[in-house]
Amino acid sequence: MATTTERPTVEQIWAWLDDVPDPEIPMVSVVDLGIVREVEWREGEGGAHCLVTITPTYSGCPATEVIAQSIEEALRVHGVAVRLQNRISPAWTTDWISDAGRTKLRASGIAPPPARAAGDVAVIDISGLKRKGARGPAVVCPHCGSENTSVTSQFGSTACKALYRCNDCLDPFDYFKPH
Amino acid sequence: MAKNEDKLEYVLRLGDNALILSQRLSEWCGKGPAFEEDMALTNTALDLIGQARMWLSYAGELEGRGRDEDRLAFTRDAHEFRNLLLVEQPNGDYAATIARQFYFDTWHALALQGLMKSGDSRIAEIAEKSLKEVRYHVRRSADLVIRLGDGTEESHGRMQNALDDLWVYTGEMFLPDGRDALLASEGVVPDAETLREPWLKHLTEALAEATLKVPTGTWMHKGGKQGRHTEHLGYILAEMQFLQRAYPNAHW
Repeated sequence: MATTTERPTVEQIWAWLDDVPDPEIPMVSVVDLGIVREVEWREGEGGAHCLVTITPTYSGCPATEVIAQSIEEALRVHGVAVRLQNRISPAWTTDWISDAGRTKLRASGIAPPPARAAGDVAVIDISGLKRKGARGPAVVCPHCGSENTSVTSQFGSTACKALYRCNDCLDPFDYFKPH
Repeated sequence: MAKNEDKLEYVLRLGDNALILSQRLSEWCGKGPAFEEDMALTNTALDLIGQARMWLSYAGELEGRGRDEDRLAFTRDAHEFRNLLLVEQPNGDYAATIARQFYFDTWHALALQGLMKSGDSRIAEIAEKSLKEVRYHVRRSADLVIRLGDGTEESHGRMQNALDDLWVYTGEMFLPDGRDALLASEGVVPDAETLREPWLKHLTEALAEATLKVPTGTWMHKGGKQGRHTEHLGYILAEMQFLQRAYPNAHW
């Protein structure tokens, strides 16, 4: 088994995967977004292969197939035999977006989601929709840092983002929704 | 004891609801009343098509006849579809689209919340994944009902008409048949009737905020879950299935 000693380490593979951009938000990688869940070497018929477990962000996200292809290609160029496994549980959450990912999002004009998605908030709650009364937590403008912002549309250019507008610097921006 | 066939029927209902409503919403693509609305509806349609794929591929496995999600979506006839009559109703004006969505989303979120506790781990996983998306759907449709209801005289009138017109299709959501009851008794799915109270509570709250009235009629249509559909489903399938019917197994 001469090849076993030469195969790249799991850490090396994670580093290569960190260069694979998300096709719709290319400033962040599939690792930053928490799409890659596990990387491990497995022995199987025909030799060892690297098993990469990925999870979809939104179930209908059209980028899912492109992401799988890009991951395979990124590892094949390094001569890694790769197999992909799709896993839906536990369901992807924006809590898995890394700090580096959040910084990159902000730098490119996308307000990152709050550090913890509101998992335990009631599924059905119209209190935030009332004409008079409390608004939801403020979304900070990624351009000027103002908290004086308002939602334009709950859905933006991709399913994972909402459209916002800053009432101070007047710039529109995307908000990565907590999920 | 519930049989595999009972579970298959139930999973088909979930998949067909998502598939048919997604197809309906897609008809708005490029025709939405505002740019933001166009994107919101098509994004909702996208979520639903993703959910339909997960349910229908599980249905294919349960059936065990080698049919995948595409075969189930594109080669079944109307009487083999198990979706609620509500989701196949035409888009109508924007109030009708929103009323349909509001009734469905509210039920959908409550049903998925129950399904997350299913004794069947596949059902629980798909429900968990779907509910994350449906939370936004519920919020959005309630928001629009409130905006249109508490809007102009014209939008208020249209919203109330749409709610009244579609009301007769809501009863089916809470009407269990033998299969539902059996699966519910074994902890695989939530009891259909128990969803009615929280559904009505949300409706009442949102409609009060919207200055609209909750319809009160008690006569309801039924049959979608058993494959007896309104005339609209055939037209949806004619369009949706044309390509795979005309060129079987086409890929591009």
